[in-house]
Formats: sequence, structure tokens, C-alpha cells
Amino acid sequence: MQVADPILQTKNLNVYYADKRVVTDVTLDIVRNRITAIIGPSGCGKSTLLRCFNRMNDLIPTARISGQVLFEGQDLYAPSVDPTEIRYQIGMVFQRPNPFPKSVFDNVAFGPRINGFKGNIDELVEQSLHRAALWDEVKDRLNSSALALSGGQQQRLCIARALAVQPRVILMDEPCSALDPIATLAIEELMRELSEEYSIVIVTHNMQQAARVSHFTAFLMADDTRIGHVVEYGESRQIFTNPQDERTEAYITGRFG
Amino acid sequence: MVRADFDRSLKDLLDNLMALGKMVEAAIIKSMAALHARDLQASFEVIDEDKQVNEKRFQLEEQCIDLIATQQPLAIDLRILLAVLHIAVELERMGDYAEGIGKVSLIVGEEPLSEMPPEMQEMADRGLDMLRRSLRALVDRDTDAASQVWKDDDAVDVLYNRLVKELLLDMARTPSWIERGTHLLWVAHDLERIADRATNIAERVMFLVTGKQMPQQWHAD
Repeated sequence: MQVADPILQTKNLNVYYADKRVVTDVTLDIVRNRITAIIGPSGCGKSTLLRCFNRMNDLIPTARISGQVLFEGQDLYAPSVDPTEIRYQIGMVFQRPNPFPKSVFDNVAFGPRINGFKGNIDELVEQSLHRAALWDEVKDRLNSSALALSGGQQQRLCIARALAVQPRVILMDEPCSALDPIATLAIEELMRELSEEYSIVIVTHNMQQAARVSHFTAFLMADDTRIGHVVEYGESRQIFTNPQDERTEAYITGRFG
Repeated sequence: MVRADFDRSLKDLLDNLMALGKMVEAAIIKSMAALHARDLQASFEVIDEDKQVNEKRFQLEEQCIDLIATQQPLAIDLRILLAVLHIAVELERMGDYAEGIGKVSLIVGEEPLSEMPPEMQEMADRGLDMLRRSLRALVDRDTDAASQVWKDDDAVDVLYNRLVKELLLDMARTPSWIERGTHLLWVAHDLERIADRATNIAERVMFLVTGKQMPQQWHAD
């Protein structure tokens, strides 16, 4: 798929864990201020690919890559790039909500404080909680423990925490799989709102979720020789009504995977 | 196979659609035979049996709704369900045309029709053939066959125009024949619409297989 002015790009990206290649020759352009879903069966490399976008794989000692990952046209893996700095600009929300065992306020304020934020921290926290559609539910309990929130609220708090450091991209790895359907819809609604300002890449097992929420979808697969290669990438509308590759069709209609 | 149950339901759905197709085909054949033979009892039966066609159509619609709600179909599965919903309506309307021919037959009554123009039965036969082939194309997911059905409508239109002209001339020549001729014009119109509906089915087959709405491209061929 041709993308003008992509925010993230991979070029012939391969990822290895020790000798095992788990992402194979992925060339993908991520569209700015849109939601891109990565779908595929378990073990197809989609979470690994997602983690390349903010160098989370660096934390795995045996992991290495070949090829390129570009953020705003700049090589993310260049020696001059500080991966910690990158993770502020390209935040991540995980499968299980993982708030710090601190107050609601301190969870959101944590990143900016570490970053040496000089502005009005109260305002920043409120704004971030607003953007994460959580403010009204927590404004009277900002000093209560984040762990007392419901799962859906905790996940939105994690999104607020990511937003507080003013990222450009939000990566989400199965962000709703531990949530009930109502909390899931709240997160999906939030994603659509956030996509006006942020670029979002989401890994999901839930095909209906990908169809509902994303603008673009990449389908990854593993076969005997190539784990984690892109079979098809396009507009979600087209992928879910009329996929061009029969393997995509077989997967999204539940005929394999 | 992760989804044997859904596949069974889809097969059952298509079987039901084919059954509806057979009912409609039988109704058209019977309506024309009854009109020709002045068999009022048979014409009355065609009208009465249309209720079953309508019921079958609603049953198919219910089946589709259940599968959409419970299976949340995507891609080819989604297109199959949409195609079946659409085609069930087309078939039901074709059944209505057979019923319409039955009603004309009752209005004409027991009096002989005089000569029934040969174009009329030919239109019916061509429409029936297009109906059968469009449903066959659906089962086989055969876009070439669907495209042929679509093209064959032109010949029916030619017959229709010729028939209308003849009937109008007859009526002009023999004013006492005007009432009878008008009834036959209705029949001709019903038959023309049956062929049109068969082309609609062919279009749905094209959409089912390709995911594209493409009659314009067919025109270009």
C-alpha cells in the first residue's frame, strides 16, 4: 500500500531471537493520525513487530534486527537515538492494565516528572485524564490508589499515562483482551477520538475489533519458512469485506488460525 | 475446520434459496401453461401458492439475520449473506409476476384467448432459462455464467418490444380486441420483468464472487 508522508515505516525488517527469525522482511508504512491494526494468528510475530516501533525488543538480550525502522523518516535504530526518549514519543499500552501502585494522580504525573516537566503538572494531569475519557470518573479520587480502579478504568489510566508525556504514536498490544465488552467499547471509542491527534497501531486477536476500530489493517502470518511476514495490508473496509489474498480470507472468516 | 457449524448453516441457507428458486420456477411455468390452456383452477392455484413463496422468503431473511447476529460474518461470508438476502427478494418478486399472470388469466376468464403470440412463450422460456442459469452461477460462483445471463437480457427486451408493437397493432386493427390485448400487455410486462430480475441475481453473483459492484464494466465489455 502506497502511503504519502507515513509517520512510521519499516523497510525489509527482520527480527531475530537468537538464531530464530520471528519477523520476516516486513515493509510497511504506518499512516499518520489513523489507527492501524495488526492481525494474525498466535505466534505470527505481530507483537514483536509492534515492539520494534519503540524499541521494546531492545530489552530482550538475544533480540536483533536487520533492515530499517523509520520514525518521521529518521532511523529509529541509529546509534545516536536514545531508546528511552523514543518511548516517550512512541508510547505503549499493554494487554493487562499495569498502573503503578501509586495514586491516580501520580500515575499520570510520573512520566512528565521524570522528564523534568516544568509546566503546570495539575493541568497536564487533568488534560491527560480528559483525553483518556477518564476525568469525570476519577476527578474526586485523584489521590486514591490506581489499583482500586476497575480494569477498564485502569486501562484508560495507562492511556492517560502514555498521553501525559505527549507522544506522537501510541502502540497498543491487545489493549482490551482483559476487559469486559462495555469497557472494551469505551476504549475503542477513545481510540477513535485519539486518532485525530495521534497515530495508533494496535495488535488485536479480535477481528471484529479490528474491523470496528481501525482504518487500516495488516495481516501477518507464519508459514514453514517465514514467520511474521505481511500477507496483505490495506484499508480495513476492504480487508474485511473483500480481502485480495485467499489466506487473509481464510483467516478472517475463521477457516484457519 | 474451526467453523464446521457455520459452514453447515451456510449450506442450509443456500439449499433453502435454491428451494425458493425451484418454487418460483414452477410458479412461472404453471402460470403460463394455465394462461395458455385457459385452466382457471391452475391459475387460481398459482395465486394461492404465492403465499408459500413469500413465507419462504421471510424464512430466508430470518436465517440471514440469525447468522449475521451470531456469527458476525466477514469477507466472503458477509457477501454470501448479503447476496442471499438480495436474491431472496428478487425471487419473491418473480413469484409475484407469476401471480400477476395468474390474475390476468382469471380476469380473461374462460373465453378463449384467440391466438397467443409465440413471442410470449419464448419470453417465458428465456426468462426461466436465465433464472436457472443465474442460480446455477451462484452455486458454482461462476462469473462467466453470471455475465452471460446478464447479456442475454437484451434478447428478451427485443422480444418484448416486438410483442408490444404487435399487440398494439392488433388492438388498433380490431378495437373489440383492446381489452384482451391490454391484459396480454400486462403478461408481456411481467415476463420482461422476470428476465430483468434474473439479471439482478446475476449481478449479485458477480458481487458475491468479486466483492465489486460492476454492471458498468459489463456494459463496457
